[in-house]
Amino acid sequence: MAAQSIPVSGWLSSKRRSQQVAHSITYVLLIIFGLTFAFPLYWMVATSLKTPPQQVVVPPIWIPHPLVWQNYPKALTAYPYADYLRNTLTICILNVVGTVVSSSLVAYGFSRIRWPGRNAVFILVLATLMLPYQVTMIPLFLIFRGIGWVNTFRPLIVPSFFGNAFFIFLLRQFFMLQPAELSDAARIDGCTEFGIFYRIILPLARPALATVALFQFMNSWNDFLAPLIYLNQQSKFTLALGLQQFVSAYGSSWGQMMAAAATFTVPMILLFFFTQRTFIQGIALTGLKG
Amino acid sequence: MSDIALVKDQQATRRSAHRIGRLTRINLRNGLLFISPWIIGFLAFQVFPITASLYYSFTNYTVLKPPTFIGTLNYVDLVKDPLFRISLGNTLYLTLVGVPFGTVIAIGLALLLNVKVPGQAFFRTVFYLPTVVPVVATAALFLWILNPQFGLINQFLALFGIVGPGWLATPLWSKPALILLQLWGVGGSMVIYLASLQDVPAELHEAAQIDGAGTIRRTFSITLPLITPVIFFNVVIGLIGSLQYFTQAYIMTAGGPANSTLVYALYLYNNAFEYFHMGYASALAWVLFIIILLSTLLVFRTAGRWVYYAGQ
Repeated sequence: MAAQSIPVSGWLSSKRRSQQVAHSITYVLLIIFGLTFAFPLYWMVATSLKTPPQQVVVPPIWIPHPLVWQNYPKALTAYPYADYLRNTLTICILNVVGTVVSSSLVAYGFSRIRWPGRNAVFILVLATLMLPYQVTMIPLFLIFRGIGWVNTFRPLIVPSFFGNAFFIFLLRQFFMLQPAELSDAARIDGCTEFGIFYRIILPLARPALATVALFQFMNSWNDFLAPLIYLNQQSKFTLALGLQQFVSAYGSSWGQMMAAAATFTVPMILLFFFTQRTFIQGIALTGLKG
Repeated sequence: MSDIALVKDQQATRRSAHRIGRLTRINLRNGLLFISPWIIGFLAFQVFPITASLYYSFTNYTVLKPPTFIGTLNYVDLVKDPLFRISLGNTLYLTLVGVPFGTVIAIGLALLLNVKVPGQAFFRTVFYLPTVVPVVATAALFLWILNPQFGLINQFLALFGIVGPGWLATPLWSKPALILLQLWGVGGSMVIYLASLQDVPAELHEAAQIDGAGTIRRTFSITLPLITPVIFFNVVIGLIGSLQYFTQAYIMTAGGPANSTLVYALYLYNNAFEYFHMGYASALAWVLFIIILLSTLLVFRTAGRWVYYAGQ
């Protein structure tokens, strides 16, 4: 018995050792890749805290010392930052309102009410996800130009009030998870369909609505092509357009450019850190796991 | 969502439609009322523009004058246009190199994160964070990082005595440079892969381990086959996105040097909003639409050969 147990424990410890080796290799790789992925962002901030001569030293100064803050006031006064921020926030907030209201209504119609043809129409909604923006871009521009909407925020805001296919899909997934008895009980009590939507389903869907609001906010904050097409008056610019303009005008003032990029990026990173749970929920909700 | 469930659902709806009762009528009315924002938006912002775009593609339209019908002339011009071929080639290069590379790296990182080591959540955040950075900021950052003289990458290579290439300044390296920037953002698909890896049943691995299969063998014979539906989904999404690649090229290179980064969507944008050739740009848009449809279809056609559905 004792003689037999020796090879077994030997096998176990060699297994444990090989597992330790595997873990060490994983760690080394994670650290190498982690540094590679984190370094560009670090470099954005580090460069923004250096004087122009410090930025172009060979070999580079890996840790800026002393910290120089002058790039930030310079970058923020190089273009009307406050105006662009106000424009961006106006578009973001109205887009969030429009998307959340319209997409939740539409998703309810596709999930909590049974009507003939419902699924065929829903497939059509999903099919629109494949349509490239470029196909509708030109006629839409001509329409909005025709009714005098160029250089207003309307072409960027109004379409969001008519539902977004991806968010309709996401909310529909969530609404379908809610038990049918909830609606049935309310119907027996004489509640209208809108009442069920507004008083029962929406309060339950708060986490999903938060995900939609968050994703939409980030999409609008980052959007470049649509503002580029519709806004050509400087006073109407968004931050994305402002930064692009900054890049083409101050191409080699790296410190200022990184300061401008950082002020545009930091709000998104903060938002991400404060809403990580909502983010993860969103990924799970799209049903991609199954 | 499975197609079978949808079909069954449709059949059920159809059957019930035969006895159109008061309830069905009310439900139909309510359903349509709830989705009415989408219907209006679909007609106004999709059906009408698509139809108009198709019509414009057969016209000469410079905005100042009303469009004049010229038949298939735009499409004939397109075949002869060297910039059409160059821009399509550039976009295909970015797609055919960028999407496979991105897929491999995203899966690789997800596999590393799936090993239960301490600090997993920290590394996941590190890999995901670049996707939170706005595209315009990423473009500005990489203009600096890829700077031939003082950029981070060439400075790093210089530590090993390597003279780095001119990146965005040379036709040979400009596209690889853009791909590098794309790869920095693989965190988005990585988290989706990671979620699917966590669903792979542990029993399968344990059974294979007892049979003596090593880590690498198990990865290729168990893990990867089981997540092929997710790979398929990500490849399709990546493909559709990559064929519309625009913003980074517009900001960083404006198509240069020597048209080496003149991607298809950029050439289309220039035609529409720089030269105001709306008819020609519409033809370009339709060709793009058809390319997207065909390549998506192609991936779907090959799916039967490599995508494994555990349920079937």
